[in-house]
Amino acid sequence: MRIKDLKKDWIRNRTVYFLALPVIIYFIIWHYIPMAGIVLAFENYSARGGVTGSEWVGIDNFLNFFSSYYLKRTLLNTIVISVYSMIANFPAPIILALLLNEVENKYFKKVVQTISYMPYFVSTVVICGIIVDFFSYNGALTDVLVNLGLVERRDLMTYKPLFRPIYVISGTWQMVGYGSIIYLAALSGVDQELYEAARIDGAGRWKQTLHITIPSISPTIIIMLILTIGNLLNVAMEKILLLYRPVTYEVSDVIMTFVYRRGLIEGDYGYSTAVQIFNSVINLTLLITANAISRKYSETSLF
Amino acid sequence: MKIKDTPSRIVFKVINYILLSLLALICLAPLWHVLMASFSSPTLLVQHTGILLWPLYDADHPLTLGGYYIVVKNNSLIRGYANTIYYVAVGCFCSVMLGSLAAYCMSRRKAIWMKYLILILTFTMFFNGGLIPTYMVNKTLGINNTRWVMIVMGVISVFNIIIIRTAFLSLPESLEESAQLDGAGHITILLKIILPLTKATIAVIALFYSVGKWNEYLTAAIYLTDRNLFPLQIVLREILIAATSPPGMEGDINTILGDEGNAKKLVEYSTIIFATLPILCIYPFIQKYFVKGVMIGSIKG
Repeated sequence: MRIKDLKKDWIRNRTVYFLALPVIIYFIIWHYIPMAGIVLAFENYSARGGVTGSEWVGIDNFLNFFSSYYLKRTLLNTIVISVYSMIANFPAPIILALLLNEVENKYFKKVVQTISYMPYFVSTVVICGIIVDFFSYNGALTDVLVNLGLVERRDLMTYKPLFRPIYVISGTWQMVGYGSIIYLAALSGVDQELYEAARIDGAGRWKQTLHITIPSISPTIIIMLILTIGNLLNVAMEKILLLYRPVTYEVSDVIMTFVYRRGLIEGDYGYSTAVQIFNSVINLTLLITANAISRKYSETSLF
Repeated sequence: MKIKDTPSRIVFKVINYILLSLLALICLAPLWHVLMASFSSPTLLVQHTGILLWPLYDADHPLTLGGYYIVVKNNSLIRGYANTIYYVAVGCFCSVMLGSLAAYCMSRRKAIWMKYLILILTFTMFFNGGLIPTYMVNKTLGINNTRWVMIVMGVISVFNIIIIRTAFLSLPESLEESAQLDGAGHITILLKIILPLTKATIAVIALFYSVGKWNEYLTAAIYLTDRNLFPLQIVLREILIAATSPPGMEGDINTILGDEGNAKKLVEYSTIIFATLPILCIYPFIQKYFVKGVMIGSIKG
């Protein structure tokens, strides 16, 4: 690229560059400056010194976190809750889509689909409000569980063994319908002639599903899997913040809720920024690894 | 050609219909319970256990709209509603405008620097400063605890820019060239030619943004402390999760419904319906745009 070309480009396109200015400024202020703000992680932040003038402590904040018992607790909770969520939430929409795909009555299909999307449109606060109410001392679902002889009557939101199941299953309930959309779209794109050919070869419905339907949507499944694994430890803290109680912290406190409490409630800026960086590094590593594995074995990848 | 079903296929079909009906029921049941409870008699409600199929009432304890009366009478909830509508409307407008502007600039194939800009923006999808540094930036700008912070946070999403840009790039270039020959500037081309032609995509983006903004509470929880600015979801959190009442509500419960312990639950149920009904009425009609949105997103992804 020569200077002359750049000059010509500037003369011809400068209005475009000016138009892009607000967007560029937005990204500088709210994305790149905060990125520089991670220096906080290496400081003992004080209100007087501010971001630039506080005492430099090197990697002390990281070391503090690694040697505290919070590392084990939050990391373990984050991993366990995400893995449980993935095991429950990843296959569920695929199964739903496959079942819906077998329905021939299109009104029935439409009605089930519409109803199953509904929880997605209800806000997290309301869903958590309903959860808290249903699992309260004489809540509707507490009652069901008591009658089945599974638990003693009590406020189940303060009962440690049930926090994760409640969190995970309510998540499946919320996302299964909406998550199935993408697979239904993939299913509608499967070439119908393949089924004809299979039928002529004598393949039954089960065989057709196994050998045509599932392979046809497997690129979609793989992409979704990479995305899921890449976001594995990005546990939605919104929901945990609403559902956890100090008595259940032991099984519910994840890295991000810890960052939120330590940083915003207790004002320990340096320390919590360090913890969040730790979280981001793990996430990014997971994303890149998942992508690399997938590229190697299935020729499908995000980047 | 219609092939007769084998017996095993028929069994499968029956099971399939039962399973799917069950699923629909499970999706529906919690909100149905809340709806039925919201005008039941509070005294009976407290004695009742299990999922409600119909509202609870008898000769001595009639159905009541008292819960709803308290809800609509409460200033915090009404102001929350108004604030949410404001944040959604202004935020949606800014989001669509800035998003299309960014997408327009980045769809100018001839501008050399634009492809670097795309990279710079995409980078932020994978790296970000995080909670505290962003908080510090907003604090330095002095927009914490103002309406600005609610509009600004999340107003531009790289993902949306990429989707809008793809839609823009699908338009024939000749269209803009002829407009340019007629002397139209960039803004005119964007507003008068490109946006009308891609309004389906823009509508999808606007809907995703609006539903997300309507339901979101974390930004407000982080940045707002002034009650007058609280969006609906924060007031809901107070009532439903923190089990506290916004100012004036407890007094109303006492004077209108009497026995406080019973009535608090009723008000919670009414609040849920009051806050959720609009979106539940609208979503069946807008869901097809969400289906479309998911598909546009997946093609890009």
